[in-house]
Amino acid sequence: MSNMEKERSELLTEESEQINWTKKHLLDIDDFSKAEFDLVLKTASAMKEILSRPIKKVPALRGKTIATLFYEPSTRTRGSFELAAKNLSADVINLTPASSSIVKGESLIDTLHTLQAMGVNAVVIRHSMAGAPYLAAKHARASIINAGDGWHAHPTQALLDMYTVYEQKKRLKDLKVVILGDSRHSRVARSNILGFTGVGAKVTLCGPLTLLPPSINYKYHPYPGIEIEPDIQKALNGADVVMVLRLQKERQHSGLMPDIREYKNHYQLNRQRFALAKPDAMLMHPGPVNENVEIEPELIRCPASVIDRQVANGIAVRMALLYLVIGGKNDEI
Amino acid sequence: MTTKIVLTSEDIRRTLGRMSHEIIEHNRDLANLVMVGMRTRGVPIAHRLAENIKRYEGTAIPVGVLDFSLYRDDLASRNIQPVVKSTSIPVSIDGKVVILVDDVLYTGRSARSAMDALIDMGRPSSIKLAVMIDRGHRELPIRADYVGKNIPSSRNEDVRVQLIETDGVDEVSIYNPGGAQGE
Repeated sequence: MSNMEKERSELLTEESEQINWTKKHLLDIDDFSKAEFDLVLKTASAMKEILSRPIKKVPALRGKTIATLFYEPSTRTRGSFELAAKNLSADVINLTPASSSIVKGESLIDTLHTLQAMGVNAVVIRHSMAGAPYLAAKHARASIINAGDGWHAHPTQALLDMYTVYEQKKRLKDLKVVILGDSRHSRVARSNILGFTGVGAKVTLCGPLTLLPPSINYKYHPYPGIEIEPDIQKALNGADVVMVLRLQKERQHSGLMPDIREYKNHYQLNRQRFALAKPDAMLMHPGPVNENVEIEPELIRCPASVIDRQVANGIAVRMALLYLVIGGKNDEI
Repeated sequence: MTTKIVLTSEDIRRTLGRMSHEIIEHNRDLANLVMVGMRTRGVPIAHRLAENIKRYEGTAIPVGVLDFSLYRDDLASRNIQPVVKSTSIPVSIDGKVVILVDDVLYTGRSARSAMDALIDMGRPSSIKLAVMIDRGHRELPIRADYVGKNIPSSRNEDVRVQLIETDGVDEVSIYNPGGAQGE
């Protein structure tokens, strides 16, 4: 039995009562082991039960403080981090930096020093520049959680998407997950590719070739478990999960696609196309939805759609992550 | 390492049988009972008590599973946190008599955490505590209502409960890990 298998089997037995978690920060999921994915998913399902109670509060993070520092707008991610922290009895402060002090690395570090002086245990950062949370982690004694950085990564979104699929399908391995749309400019897509392939699912990217990640070539790419299929009918055929990405309107003038109407003709998810997926396929969207652009409005609340459940599960997954990252002793603060 | 077996599988069967009879004797309205097993080994014990009561009296008592790790009082001081597992209690505990079940009662801190967790889930009319082993050394004013066996132990000894469901064998032993270095 390899070390990783051993680690995993130890984690899965009832006997092990202590977690095997060494990450101080949550910056990306590119270095997650299967055991770590497993621990997050299992902890999230324990947290989900708390959300079903009349009193959705446990004292696990009493006395800890969490700051959300969002340099970009957000409804879901920020709201669900705040609720997750509050459900675990942590105190939360929300910071929206003035638009003038964005971008410069220095001001981010200054802000962090200020937060640390206030005794903050974790800082949840969203930034328009890829890598900003890494810069923060280098300078921080607090735990840094990446809530989306540029086009780079959105690890908590991927983990909540994985949990939503796992909750319904009871497994992730060998599922066919189709990511439809503009994966080039999507941190959600990038993190989901890493997450789903990391646990043995098969990911199919579908969209105009100009909107695929530049590192992933149509003919050849070095990533196992990823398939490129520009033909939407072939891509959707036999899919277990269809994840539709938001088409940002500003891409219309980027030269990477002709126009919205052309895009809709080829890549909008409509009922006919969705019918090519498996009968029990799940329909996902990270939100916010551009109605009648990337998806036909009737599909948004169809029985297969789990878009609202993704939002609810976001709270459970973020509770799990906050517990794993700062639940124990933080002796440096 | 010196190991002493204090309960064999036959002892465990008799002990749980007696505890079941005590629970029946003290709770006239069995239909109002809910068994809640504390993870990990309280759960199979809760099931066995419920099965016994079903066999003796014909009343099926709902059995729930409680994970109290998020309520521990030492979370903020531990370097490694416990794994959080699911809690699932099949019925509302409002107005019910909850029998909280654990394998070993020691400092009383787990029972305290478990009671806090239960009270966040509803308002039972009362909570009673059933433990298979009471080994003493309480750090909180907590006592058990139903005790399988009192085992006087020293703090540097370990009481080890093994059950078929979790460990493949029914046995309670007491050992002194201080002697383990020779192994």
